[in-house]
Amino acid sequence: RKAEAQKNWPRWTDQSLLKSFADPKELQGDEDPSLPSPRERRAARLSVYKNSRCRMETCFDFSRCQKHGFKVFTYPREKDQPLSESYSKILASIERSRYYTAKPEEACLFVLSIDTLDRDHLSGQYVRNVDEKIRGFPLWNGGRNHLIFNLYSGTWPNYTEDLGFDIGQAILAKASFYTESFRPGFDISIPLFSKDHPQRGGEKGWLYQDSIPPKKKYLLVFKGKRYLTGIGSGTRNALHHIHNGKDIISLTTCKHGKDWEKHKDTRCDRDNVDYEKFDYQELLHNSTFCIVPRGRRLGSFRFLEALQAACIPVLLSDGWELPFAEAIDWGKAAVMGNERLLLQIPSIVRCMHPERVLAFQQQTQFLWDAYFSSVDKIVHTTLEIIKDRLFLHRSRSRFLWNTLPGGLLALPEFSTHLRDFPFYYLQHGSSPSEKFTAFIRAVSPVGSPSQPILRLIQAISGSQYCAQILVLWSCKKPPPPSGKWPQTTVPLTIIQGRGKLSNRFFPYAAIQTDAVLSLDEHISLSTSEVDFAFVVWRSFPERIVGFLSQSHFWDPEQRRWGYTSKWTNELSIVLTAAAFYHRYYHSLFMEYLPVGLRELVDGLAACEDILMNVLVAAVTKLPPIKVTQQKQLKETVSQQADGQSSFQQQDCLNQLANWFGYMPLVSSQLRLDPVLFKDQVSVLRKKYPRLEK
Amino acid sequence: IMCASAKYNTRGPALIPRMRTKHRIYYITLFSIVLLGVVATGVFQFWPHSIESSSDWTVEKRSVHDVPVVKLPSDSPIPERGDLSCRMHTCFDVYRCGFNPKNKIKVYIYSLKKYVDEYGTSVSSTISREYNELLTAISDSEFYTDDVNRACLFVPSIDVLNQNTLRIKETAQALAQLSRWDRGTNHLLFNMLPGGPPDYNTALDVPRDRALLAGGGFSTWTYRQGYDVSIPVYSPLSGEVELPERGPGPRRYFILSSQMALHPEYQAELEALQAENGDSVLILDKCTNLSDGVPAVRKRCHKNQVFDYPQVLQESTFCVVLRGARLGQAVLSDVLQAGCVPVIIADSYILPFSEVLDWKRASVVIPEEKMPEMYSILQSVPQRQIEEMQRQARWFWEAYFRSMKAIALATLQIINDRIYPYAAISYEEWNDPPAVKWSSVSNPLFLPLIPPQSQGFTAIVLTYDRVESLFRVITEVSKVPSLAKLLVVWNNQNKNPPEDSLWPKIRVPLKVVRTAENKLSNRFFPYDEIETEAVLAIDDDIIMLTSDELQFGYEVWREFPDRLVGYPGRLHLWDHEMNKWKYESEWTNEVSMVLTGAAFYHKYFNYLYTYKMPGDIKNWVDAHMNCEDIAMNFLVANVTGKSVIKVTPRKKFKCPECTAIDGLSLDQTHMVERSECINKFASVFGTMPLKVVEHRADPVLYKDDFPEKLKSFPNIGSL
Repeated sequence: RKAEAQKNWPRWTDQSLLKSFADPKELQGDEDPSLPSPRERRAARLSVYKNSRCRMETCFDFSRCQKHGFKVFTYPREKDQPLSESYSKILASIERSRYYTAKPEEACLFVLSIDTLDRDHLSGQYVRNVDEKIRGFPLWNGGRNHLIFNLYSGTWPNYTEDLGFDIGQAILAKASFYTESFRPGFDISIPLFSKDHPQRGGEKGWLYQDSIPPKKKYLLVFKGKRYLTGIGSGTRNALHHIHNGKDIISLTTCKHGKDWEKHKDTRCDRDNVDYEKFDYQELLHNSTFCIVPRGRRLGSFRFLEALQAACIPVLLSDGWELPFAEAIDWGKAAVMGNERLLLQIPSIVRCMHPERVLAFQQQTQFLWDAYFSSVDKIVHTTLEIIKDRLFLHRSRSRFLWNTLPGGLLALPEFSTHLRDFPFYYLQHGSSPSEKFTAFIRAVSPVGSPSQPILRLIQAISGSQYCAQILVLWSCKKPPPPSGKWPQTTVPLTIIQGRGKLSNRFFPYAAIQTDAVLSLDEHISLSTSEVDFAFVVWRSFPERIVGFLSQSHFWDPEQRRWGYTSKWTNELSIVLTAAAFYHRYYHSLFMEYLPVGLRELVDGLAACEDILMNVLVAAVTKLPPIKVTQQKQLKETVSQQADGQSSFQQQDCLNQLANWFGYMPLVSSQLRLDPVLFKDQVSVLRKKYPRLEK
Repeated sequence: IMCASAKYNTRGPALIPRMRTKHRIYYITLFSIVLLGVVATGVFQFWPHSIESSSDWTVEKRSVHDVPVVKLPSDSPIPERGDLSCRMHTCFDVYRCGFNPKNKIKVYIYSLKKYVDEYGTSVSSTISREYNELLTAISDSEFYTDDVNRACLFVPSIDVLNQNTLRIKETAQALAQLSRWDRGTNHLLFNMLPGGPPDYNTALDVPRDRALLAGGGFSTWTYRQGYDVSIPVYSPLSGEVELPERGPGPRRYFILSSQMALHPEYQAELEALQAENGDSVLILDKCTNLSDGVPAVRKRCHKNQVFDYPQVLQESTFCVVLRGARLGQAVLSDVLQAGCVPVIIADSYILPFSEVLDWKRASVVIPEEKMPEMYSILQSVPQRQIEEMQRQARWFWEAYFRSMKAIALATLQIINDRIYPYAAISYEEWNDPPAVKWSSVSNPLFLPLIPPQSQGFTAIVLTYDRVESLFRVITEVSKVPSLAKLLVVWNNQNKNPPEDSLWPKIRVPLKVVRTAENKLSNRFFPYDEIETEAVLAIDDDIIMLTSDELQFGYEVWREFPDRLVGYPGRLHLWDHEMNKWKYESEWTNEVSMVLTGAAFYHKYFNYLYTYKMPGDIKNWVDAHMNCEDIAMNFLVANVTGKSVIKVTPRKKFKCPECTAIDGLSLDQTHMVERSECINKFASVFGTMPLKVVEHRADPVLYKDDFPEKLKSFPNIGSL
């Protein structure tokens, strides 16, 4: 025992007499009166920390974002200025976003129309004389509040990060960022993506099931170029060492460039033969882990390819500032390898527990779908990260970025508190509030409340879960005086609405409960139906839970989406004429969707309903939930479904699918009924007997 | 290469403390001989571990003043200043850390020396109380090694916590002469108070070459992200004052400023805030006329009012933490301890442990220029979030600020996470307070996927010897379109399964697995033969389910692949008279469990049941031959936080629960046993994970007035 004790740090006999490292006064008030004033210090800082030492507080003018908020301006395109496909997509993404402004005086952030993506001067897309051009821009202002995108910098042989022009105080969103040249909290590392990367929507990830064990045919794969000389060759030259021909396939070829045969070594010919035996896509599909080594530059296409394929990336690219690392916790989706420790990689990945592998696989899919699968997502993520820096107290925590549905869909303007969103109850260990707000839209042009709405108010106010009733009075005539409304036990408030259809989803401050029961005035519901539906909603707070369902289908003949309100065995839409959903979706509808899309919806009949369903499905990837309805309700629906509006709804559906870039709606084959619904047991034992009438 | 850690546990010196007595005696004897040898000869170099170990020998009786003195010649080398471009992959020698199964770095501490210059004047005070605590903590931790050759990280015993107490050049020289210095590679220095007047650098000014710096008060320009570690400025008050945790909620003051001697400009800004918002803002300063003997640091004053510090911090919702000459302030620690939400106003400051801690959950950061807007910014924080931030602030203090030990271990863990990133501590482990860790659920099947229908499901029939009934089940189940494979788990060791030719001929593969022991858990084993995600567990006497019902069940499972989807539902209830849980199988309006005599679920749960079932539940169930289904319901609900889905109306099942207790048909005994199971499991899980719901799943058009032949699942609910 003694032998051990002496090896440790000693317990000094006089350790209780040791002095503290600092005088308490020094710790609590260290101000030196001779110091420059904070204002002077800040001013001095501005002149020192520029260019390569830029930070938001020294190189970005926050005041530009005060008045109009976060608005992004893109320079007008010049006629003789060629734009690469990728850069056109980036500009289109900005212009499609809700932050776009065409007025430079409103703008907080500026994006050039000069294509700066490819700054390899040997490349055909290299734009010359950028310096000269930007100096001619009156808005340039030394690059302040500008955002510059770049995918390729430097050139053979050493691929430096030089862009060939002075970016000044501009923020650089660049692929293959090296940590040393990355200005933390200022620049943004973006992923390398190809010119074929879709503008919107984007392909799905390839993981369509959670397998157990999660291992696939191969454990670890790599297939790619081996550089015989030059930068990056060190790592790629070593990769063949871990190939075992069984579950680890690591194949390299020397064939690339014009003069590879000049440099070829003794391995090349043999390697080239093996190389041809395997198909890259086949390996990608069938491996648990994929090596993502540096190429000439630090980032490579295979990073996103592996991510999409749910092939867990094993990074061998030391010093690479990973894409969006300011927001994304890559430790949950990728294995951070070390170029110097390549030979440890096989044991590291072999020893990962199956639960972890499964979690990593799922996380790759979430990240791919949330931030990378389209140019829109990459650009919008870039913008949101910058916006979070500007409005710090209204910004996303790391949790929001790394948990489904991801940062783009969790708006900090709505709340920064997890409990306020419909997505995090489980992780947060809480549940949605026990009351709902009924929100009735009245459109009938009579000057007094209609009979159906009076009945509806009575039925709703009978629910033990109802906190209040709001009537959105969307008629031209003023709302009837309070005396005309029924006496209810819960507060009844009339809100004067404006004409627009999408107005029903405005995030009215009066809605304070998590749940909203959205209703049209002609709907007839019983208290039992409301009670049961609300109890169901509390189990599925992220979904729309309602009574009236419709469905979509792919019409192969017309090559477009079809829409039906007829009775079918499936459903993918639950009408918001009678449905529960989380109040957050009001904010998402109004703030996340760009104005143009809302205008589109306002121009079509019964389209706002579909848009809400499409939006919620895009967020949750899940179908809505239909609950038991009584007969009378069904009749009211079938009357509605006339040919004209159905045609318009079809049109709406197709326009939305086009805007989202895919069809987010998901179909369901089930309906939720009370446990004893229509069972052969005494009605007295049933909690919801009225539903069976 | 094997992955099991057991393999590594059987070798290596780490085992010595756990040696068998025989060996221990051997070593003790050996040690005694050595001891005798040393005493007898007086030769100090005898011990094989170099001077350092031998000088530590008389540990129990040594004073810090008795340590060896090292004289530094004035021309002894000075390290390079420190390289701002250093990152782990450029300046850190990762080969020293090696690949080890525990994924732990080994940290060596240099022994304590007293450094003097040529004239014998000491370079610094030997060691501060805090640095001694820090080194003691490292020494007592799992990271520690006394073997300099096995170390991955080196911690000098030269105390540089406070730059003001140092002679910079000489301290640098002392560092340079450390035996393994090697340009500071893999050396870690701890500093809390960097810089000095007039410009107060935000990092330690001592030239340190490649050494890593754990520093308090980094700015974004001096902090080398991913290399340095940003640490708190320790507040010694933490050790002196107990502040009991206060429940979250509104406080007497909304904003409080407690720092003394703030710059007049800040002072003016704060006063303007107070003038505008009145008594909800309290600005304290140093007390001017305290009676003798009262420590000034423990009091604060506002006009003539005297407040106790740090207790007063507990009276406010938000507490201002303004930068001083330095960015890092000890008051941050006091504020967190008080559970007051810090409002951090220190532009470009790198918050403590920001590499792993999510400060947005515990603090509000406001740019200096926005100080005038502070009140309105803070008012926009929702009340519920404030409460959470109060809890979070306190938790950060308890876990990472409260002692030098906490600071030291968090620092080492961060470096450890960089070297073994694949074994790194997760965001949740770093950031979630214990109460949240306990109540929150992280679903292992979190990705919303609807598995393709084409995959189908594997039916698993557990059977003992009811062959006739078994064959009927096989025939019935084989009619279900999405059945992909049928697996019979033959649980009878005394009897062979029927010959191949006798089995029903079905259109999908049928496999028989023979078990080694008649255990109920065999039903839930993750057999390799299960190639689909979906598993249908079905008893060998469940013949009443129609093909439509089973197919529909499978479709429902596809929409809820992380849940148990089953037919007969059951409920647990709290028995107020007996004060315990009760099992209910009557016709109820609620369900919280489904029987696994007929249920779909994900194969992953077989894996969990077999390998991750908490406590002794698995063996207990096998021994009692009962309640495996309840155990499965507990397991799934606990790990997903979700309810079961009961499908289709209630049918007359032939006492489905009787299968588990063949022969015993006494309903009441059965119910009592099942209730016992619930109580037993709830105590093992430490909670009641089951979720009660009032719904079941039916086909969309179930019982609707619609032509039956047009319905996807017409044959549902027939008795």
